[in-house]
Amino acid sequence: MITLVKRPTPSRGWAFATPVLAVIATMIAGGALFAALGKDPIAAIKVIFWDPLLGPNAAYFRGQLLVKAGPLILIASGLAVGFRAGIWNIGAEGQYIMGALAGASVALAAYPAESHLLFPAMVIAGALGGWLWGMIPAVLKVFFGTSEILVSLMLVYVAQNFLAYAAFGPLKNPEGFGFPGSRNLQQYASAHNPELIAGTGMHWGVVAAFLAVIAIYVLMQRHILGFRIRVAGEAPRAARFAGVLPARLVMFCLGLSGALAGLAGLFEVAGPNGQITDSFNAGYGFTAIIVAFLGRLNALGILLAGLLMALTYIGGDMAQLMLGLPTAAIQVFQGMLLFFLLGFDLLTHYRFRLGRARA
Amino acid sequence: MTGALLKIEGLTKAYPGVVANDGVGFEVAPGEVHALLGENGAGKSTLVKMIYGLVKPDAGAMTFEGAPYAPAEPRAARAAGVAMVFQHFSLFEALTVAENVALGMENPPPMRALAARIREISNAYGLPLDPARIVGDLSAGERQRVEIIRCLLQDPKLLIMDEPTSVLTPQEVEILFRTLRKLAAEGTAILYISHKLEEIRSLCDGATILRGGKVVGSCLPREKSARELAEMMVGGEFAATTRAQRKHGATILEVANLSLAPMSQFGPALKAVTFSLSAGEVLGIGGVAGNGQEELLATLSGERPSGIGTVSLHGQDISDLGPNDRRRLGLLAAPEERLGHAAVPNLSLTENAILTGTVRRPLTRNGFLNIGAAKRFAEEIILGFDVRTPGPQVAARALSGGNLQKFVIGREVLQAPEVLVVNQPTWGVDAAAAAAIRQSLLDLAAKGAAVIVISQDLDELMEISDRFCALNEGRLSAPRRTEGLSMEEIGLMLGGAHGMQEVAAR
Repeated sequence: MITLVKRPTPSRGWAFATPVLAVIATMIAGGALFAALGKDPIAAIKVIFWDPLLGPNAAYFRGQLLVKAGPLILIASGLAVGFRAGIWNIGAEGQYIMGALAGASVALAAYPAESHLLFPAMVIAGALGGWLWGMIPAVLKVFFGTSEILVSLMLVYVAQNFLAYAAFGPLKNPEGFGFPGSRNLQQYASAHNPELIAGTGMHWGVVAAFLAVIAIYVLMQRHILGFRIRVAGEAPRAARFAGVLPARLVMFCLGLSGALAGLAGLFEVAGPNGQITDSFNAGYGFTAIIVAFLGRLNALGILLAGLLMALTYIGGDMAQLMLGLPTAAIQVFQGMLLFFLLGFDLLTHYRFRLGRARA
Repeated sequence: MTGALLKIEGLTKAYPGVVANDGVGFEVAPGEVHALLGENGAGKSTLVKMIYGLVKPDAGAMTFEGAPYAPAEPRAARAAGVAMVFQHFSLFEALTVAENVALGMENPPPMRALAARIREISNAYGLPLDPARIVGDLSAGERQRVEIIRCLLQDPKLLIMDEPTSVLTPQEVEILFRTLRKLAAEGTAILYISHKLEEIRSLCDGATILRGGKVVGSCLPREKSARELAEMMVGGEFAATTRAQRKHGATILEVANLSLAPMSQFGPALKAVTFSLSAGEVLGIGGVAGNGQEELLATLSGERPSGIGTVSLHGQDISDLGPNDRRRLGLLAAPEERLGHAAVPNLSLTENAILTGTVRRPLTRNGFLNIGAAKRFAEEIILGFDVRTPGPQVAARALSGGNLQKFVIGREVLQAPEVLVVNQPTWGVDAAAAAAIRQSLLDLAAKGAAVIVISQDLDELMEISDRFCALNEGRLSAPRRTEGLSMEEIGLMLGGAHGMQEVAAR
C-alpha cells in the first residue's frame, strides 16, 4: 500500500517542480477534454501554448502577452502578501474597478486641459480608489469581526453597479451620441497611458507590475514587516508573541492589495482599454487569485505565473476563434491549472512511501 | 513463567529514521502493577499503542491469557480485556460525565441505568463522581476519574495508564494510588507508564526499563533507590544542577491585583494575582496546567493587555505595553507551546531567532533584516545551548522537543533579560536536556536576573526556585521560601485534593 509521510522540512525541489508538473498535467487532462469535444487535442494545445509565442502571427500576440500579464501580476503580487498572512482579499476585482473609476474621474474632470501633472494625479487617485475599497473589509473586520472574504467579495458587485452607474451617468461621454461609456482616454494625450515601446505591449502598468514584483520580493524576504506577515500566516500565536498587532496587519494587507488592484484598473482604463464602460472589468481581479497561488505566493513565481496565465488567455481566445472551442471549455482548462497545482502541492509537504498492506 | 496475563516477545516497530521499539519483551502477571519506565522518546508510548491496537508491530508476538494476541484496532483490544487511560483526555467539555462515558461505549445502556452504574462503580473504587455534572466544570483529577470509570465499566483484565499523575496534586495522587492498589488486589493487572521514580517505587511490583527502544533492564522497584532507577533509565550518571549562593537585589517586577476574564467558556480566569520579584531570584509557580498558567505568561509577556497598574517593571507601569516594548525594557518570556507559539514550525532556526530577537539584538537595519547577523545569533544559540541540529537553516519542526526547547530558552537567555518568564520549560524534554535548561536558568539568576518558572513538575521547582507559590483556578497563593517546604504543604497550596471526597476506599 502507498502511504503519505509528512516531510520534516518542505521540499525545495518539489516547490519548484510542482508548477511545471501542474502545467503538464493540465495539458494532458485538457487535451483529453478537447478530444472528448471532438477536437484534435494536440492542435488545440499547440494553439493555446505555442502559436501565441512562436506561431505565424506571434508578433501581434507577443505584445498582447504583456498587456494581459501586467494587471494580473500587479494585482496578484498585492494579493499574495495578504494570502501569506492568512488575510483573504477575494475582492480585487472590485478594487480594480474602483481604482479605474477614481483615476478616470480625475482625468475626465480635467478634460480637456493638458498637463504633465495629470497622469501622476490619476495614478495616485487610482491607487487611493482601490485602497479605499480594500479598507472597507479591513475596517469591518477589525472593528466588527466580519469575514474579509465575504465582505470583499460582495463589494465586487457593489463596485460593478457603481461602474454601470458611472458609465451611463456622470462619466458618460457628452459627445458620444448617446452611447454608454466615457470619453476614450487614448485620445486625451495627458491622460493616456501609451505603449512605451511599439509592438511590445509595454505600458506604465507593466512597468508598475515589474516594480511591484521587486518591491514585494524585497518586502517579503528582507524586511521585518514581510517577516511578520509570514509569521502571522504560519502561526498566529507566535506572531502575537513576536509583537505583531493583527489589526494593523489586516489594514496593511487589505490596503496594499487594494491599492495595487486600483493601480491595475487605472493603467488599464487609461491605456489598453481606454474608456469606462459597464463591461470594463474582464475578471483580472479573480484570475489574479489563481496567478498568486500558481506563483506559490512568491513574487518571482507570480511574474512567471502571470505570463503563463496571460498565455492561456490569448491562446484560449485563439482556440475559440480557430477551432471553435466553447468558452466554457477554455475556462475549465484554466480551472484545471489551479486544481492540479494545489493537488501536486501535496508533494512539497509529503512524500509517498511504499509500505506493507495493513490489516 | 506460567500464569502471565500478558506476555510480549521480540516486539519491534520502526518509523522512518528511528526504531521506536527493538525486540522488546516482558511479562505482566494478573494483579501485578507493572511499571514501564523510560525517558521521553524511549519507546514507551509506541509499546503501549501496540498493546492497545493503535499501532501494528513490524515483528514480534504477544500472548494474552495464554492465547495469541494481535489486536488490529483498539476495539479488538477492549474486547480482549485491555483498557487504556491516555495522558491527554478525550472528553467533551460541554457534555455531562454520563454522556461522555456513553460516547465511548459500543452499546450504551439507557442513560438512567448508565448513571446508576457510574455512581456504583465510582463509589466502589473510591472515585466518587456525579454522572450529571458537566465535564467542563471538573478539575483535572476529576476528569481523569471519568476516563478511569470509562475503562472500569468494561471490566478490564489489563489497565494501561499513561503518565496518569502529571496533572494531579500529591493528595490526588494518593487517592488514585489507593484505587489502583484496590484494582490490583482484585486481580486486575496494571501497566503503569511514568518517569516519576518515587511513584513507581511506592506503587509498582515490577518494572521494565526502556532506553532507546530497547529493554535495558527489569527490577523490583522497591529494592532500588530512585537514583539507581534514574541511572538505569538515562544510561549513566547525570549531573545534578549546581546552584551558586545568590544575593537577592532590589525588587524588579511587581504584579498587583492582576485579574483577567476567561477567554472561553471553560477557560481559566486570573483572580487578583499579586507577587513581586527581586533581582537574582527564582520564583517557582506550581500548579496543574490549565489553571491560568498560559494566561499569566501572556499578561507578563505583553500578549494580553491587563488593567492599568497591574504589572510594573522597575517601578514603571508596563501594563499597556506590547511584547516588543517589554523586551526593550528587559522583560522576556518563553511560552509553553513550542511549535506555533514560542517558535514557528515551518520557519528556519535563523528566522525563529529573528522572531523575538530583533529588539535586543541588532538583527535589523532600518527595518531590513540582517540575515547574516540573525544566522550568527542562531548559531550562537545552537552552540551555547547544545542544540542538536545540522545547522540554523533547519526548520524548527524538524527538531526534537528537547532540542527545540533548548533553542527557545537559549534564544531568550542570550538576550540578557532582566526578567525571564518561562512556562513548563522542561515539559516533554529528556533528562539531560532538562538538566541543562534548569542549569541555564540558575546561571541567569546568578548573574542578577529575576526568573519566573511556571511548571507542573514540583521536583523541578523544589530544585531551582528560591520561593514557591501555587497557581490554582486562577488564584496565586502567597509565595513561601522553598527551603524547608514539605510535599504535604505544597500539596495543600495546590488546592489539596480539590475537595474530592474519598469514600469506601480504605
